[in-house]
Amino acid sequence: MSNVQDKPILSVRDLKTHFDVTKGLFAPKQVVKAVDGVSFDVMPNETFGLVGESGCGKSTLGRTIVKLYDPVSGSITFEGKDISKIKGKELKSFRKDMQMIFQDPYASLNPRMTVGEIIKEPMIIHNIYDNDEQREKRVVELLEIVGLKPDHIRRYPAEFSGGQRQRIGIARSLAVNPKFIVCDEPISALDVSIQAQVINLLKSIQKEMGLSYLFIAHDLSMVKHISDKIGVMYLGHMMEVGPSNDVYHRPLHPYTVALLSAIPIPDPDTAKNKGRIILEGEIPSPINPPKGCPFSTRCSKATDRCRQERPQPIQVGNRLVSCFLYEK
Amino acid sequence: MALLEVENLCTEFKTDQGRVKAVRDVSFHVEQGEVLGIVGESGSGKSQTMYSIIGLLAANGEVTNGKVTFNGKDISRGKFKKKKEYEQVMSELRGNTMAMIFQDPMTFLNPVLKIETQLIEPLMNHTKMTKAQARERALELMRLVGIPSPEKRITQYPFEFSGGMRQRIVIAIALACNPKLIIADEPTTALDVTIQAQVLELIDTLKRESDSAIIMITHDLGVVAKLCDRVAIMYGGKIVEIGTDREIFYDPKHPYTTGLLSCIANPEDDSDHDLTPIAGSPPDLLNPPKGCPFVDRCPHAMKVCKEYMPDVKTFSPTHECACWLNDRKAGKE
Repeated sequence: MSNVQDKPILSVRDLKTHFDVTKGLFAPKQVVKAVDGVSFDVMPNETFGLVGESGCGKSTLGRTIVKLYDPVSGSITFEGKDISKIKGKELKSFRKDMQMIFQDPYASLNPRMTVGEIIKEPMIIHNIYDNDEQREKRVVELLEIVGLKPDHIRRYPAEFSGGQRQRIGIARSLAVNPKFIVCDEPISALDVSIQAQVINLLKSIQKEMGLSYLFIAHDLSMVKHISDKIGVMYLGHMMEVGPSNDVYHRPLHPYTVALLSAIPIPDPDTAKNKGRIILEGEIPSPINPPKGCPFSTRCSKATDRCRQERPQPIQVGNRLVSCFLYEK
Repeated sequence: MALLEVENLCTEFKTDQGRVKAVRDVSFHVEQGEVLGIVGESGSGKSQTMYSIIGLLAANGEVTNGKVTFNGKDISRGKFKKKKEYEQVMSELRGNTMAMIFQDPMTFLNPVLKIETQLIEPLMNHTKMTKAQARERALELMRLVGIPSPEKRITQYPFEFSGGMRQRIVIAIALACNPKLIIADEPTTALDVTIQAQVLELIDTLKRESDSAIIMITHDLGVVAKLCDRVAIMYGGKIVEIGTDREIFYDPKHPYTTGLLSCIANPEDDSDHDLTPIAGSPPDLLNPPKGCPFVDRCPHAMKVCKEYMPDVKTFSPTHECACWLNDRKAGKE
């Protein structure tokens, strides 16, 4: 699916987003290291899938990239320009190129605006068309692209089902002709039969408009289906990055191995006979993460070194893996 | 005789817009020691079927028809004239021979009571145990569901537990009185994948080691494939197909089942083909369609489907399906 081009559209280097959660004036300073030194590239026309369990920092990473949160350090290079510190006018014009689709199709649409107003709003903010007639025409086009009817334009979000609302959200994100869309769990609030509709829609829009996606989800089967590349996150760190089929069939990092083995396979013969790796324990708190490798507390292959030192990403074939096991 | 027998169950809800027919003529049975999966999308009536059986419907809900036999005893709502009588019988059963595991452990557990109090409660209510005996049993249960250092944990409050650990507590409470039937309503939906795997493994062990029957309500076909012996597919308030796990996954007869199976991504499959979604959305149960509930989304819909509800056709002693396609007499128009 991806065109072979040398330059990534988005390049993230050593990005850190921390939140201050200190309670009280004189209490010791406490910091949640939600994203703690993440690097990856997204090529034009490519879908980069970001997976991980809740609390691993995948949504924070997505929100930092669209500049809803400010990073503490690191760089976000979008089309050759570092956007991690931009403000004001520059930020506004950047937002035109980078849009977001949210998880909850109920909370992300204003219930007091009609569908037409919702989709038109970004066009007005970014001053894209000269008059309302042109905007309306574009709204009708967008509604058709996402599979809704032109006469839906005067209706309110409450009149639509979850899947249809997500389509409205997609139409809104397309309104400013973006180059990049961050999809934050766009299907996890939807029913199975509706999920496939939305996934197919996102894929066909990508093909037509040449978009790049950062697709954040915890449903590993869907992420694998839609993505060209997958990044696996754990406790604010990127554990493994690589082409989706390779990562799925030959996972290298012990965490990826365990995570993939935990997916319930929708096939009784495989599911009932498959030996699974059941991870012990839970994700440590990001306020007080383990000193060495973040996964060392649950990893069956952990050594003393893993508990003391933090592994850096190593290139293994077409993959980047943060694990000492693959050091030469 | 089957442990649980449900015949022609109908449940309606009174709303401002009219009566919502949430469960429409549902019949099935559960044998001792088996796991029955009930699969359906939101609004298909899978949870309301179960709430109707154990008498936990919301205040505006009402069982309008049907017979429920549990453990040889008739516990249909219709059998009792007074609500109080019914409630008495049901509260005797619930938490005792019939237990439930809910989706969200935090709404099930009382946040201001210690785990100890909540674990001991069903034992004190339903058995003649002394408090000391009940506490011993509670510790045993916590060990059984894999909670480390139970002696320390038992004096803690729910907020001190993580999501997966809370769900283990809920399972321990359900198991307290050695129930004959456990109804699990989406027990792993709120959990992360690696934690879900832990809980599924626990349920799988319990299934092998006890002779309790489990009804597993879920929308996740992966969970069904892993745990269930038989599967019922619900749509629009009806069971459209029921069969063993292999019959449902490898030889589905209803277009909805086929559609459901083809719109999930199987991670074992590497091809770049599009998923086949089911077009449209589920029917409005305020005014359910006269014929088959799936008619508006079905790629094979015929004239007869719109007018008449298809009969249930039997393919094997375990496999039944309600679809006109399986009826040769139905005109292919």
